[in-house]
Amino acid sequence: MTEAEITEKVIALVTPYVKNRKALSNITPDTTFLADLGINSARLVDIVLAFEDEFGIEVSDDAADSIATVGDAVALIGKLVP
Amino acid sequence: MTADEVLHAVPQQEPFRFIDRIDEIDGEHIVGSYAFKRDEFFYRGHFPGDPVTPGAILIEAMAQTGVVALGIYLAAQELPVAELPQWITFFTECQVEFHLPVLPGERVTLRGEKVFFRRMKLKSRVELLLADGRIGAEGTLAGVGVKRGR
Repeated sequence: MTEAEITEKVIALVTPYVKNRKALSNITPDTTFLADLGINSARLVDIVLAFEDEFGIEVSDDAADSIATVGDAVALIGKLVP
Repeated sequence: MTADEVLHAVPQQEPFRFIDRIDEIDGEHIVGSYAFKRDEFFYRGHFPGDPVTPGAILIEAMAQTGVVALGIYLAAQELPVAELPQWITFFTECQVEFHLPVLPGERVTLRGEKVFFRRMKLKSRVELLLADGRIGAEGTLAGVGVKRGR
């Protein structure tokens, strides 16, 4: 799976939780889930579980803690996808 | 933890406690219940002369069983029981549908089923059943355990 494909899926998975809808049109690898997209921190667990289901991976709690930006998520998923 | 120990550990107290029994609990589900007293504080205003339990209170009852109590049971499998009082559950989200009114004096059964428990966040499917078994409300509720003082 290419980085672009992972990025597209990551954006689709987080979109239902995004409060700052304007930021959706200008997502870069540096876009943060909390500050930029306005996602409630309690939803990060739901998002990590969605990543696991979508990509067939297992994300440890420590790895989940390292996800702050869209780029972080894409890089982590890229490493974990079979 | 036993059902009684979990019931005792639920931190909400009168006049904002809406769980008085836990009949079943394990790592996947819980069945609790609560009998709404005829003199609950909110009936005076909701509505004068025609009391009915507010939907917001039904959601709270669903959360106290399906998220707080079940969450305590699940957290006790990951934390030392002595540490549990240092934690409190913050309600994070819910999507609930109401079907039938709950009147003063009615006992409701609250049946919760774990959707996931991860990183101290519990999401549950919860049904509120009336005494005759009909569904009064149902939905998905979630909360996260947070250490007090944070």
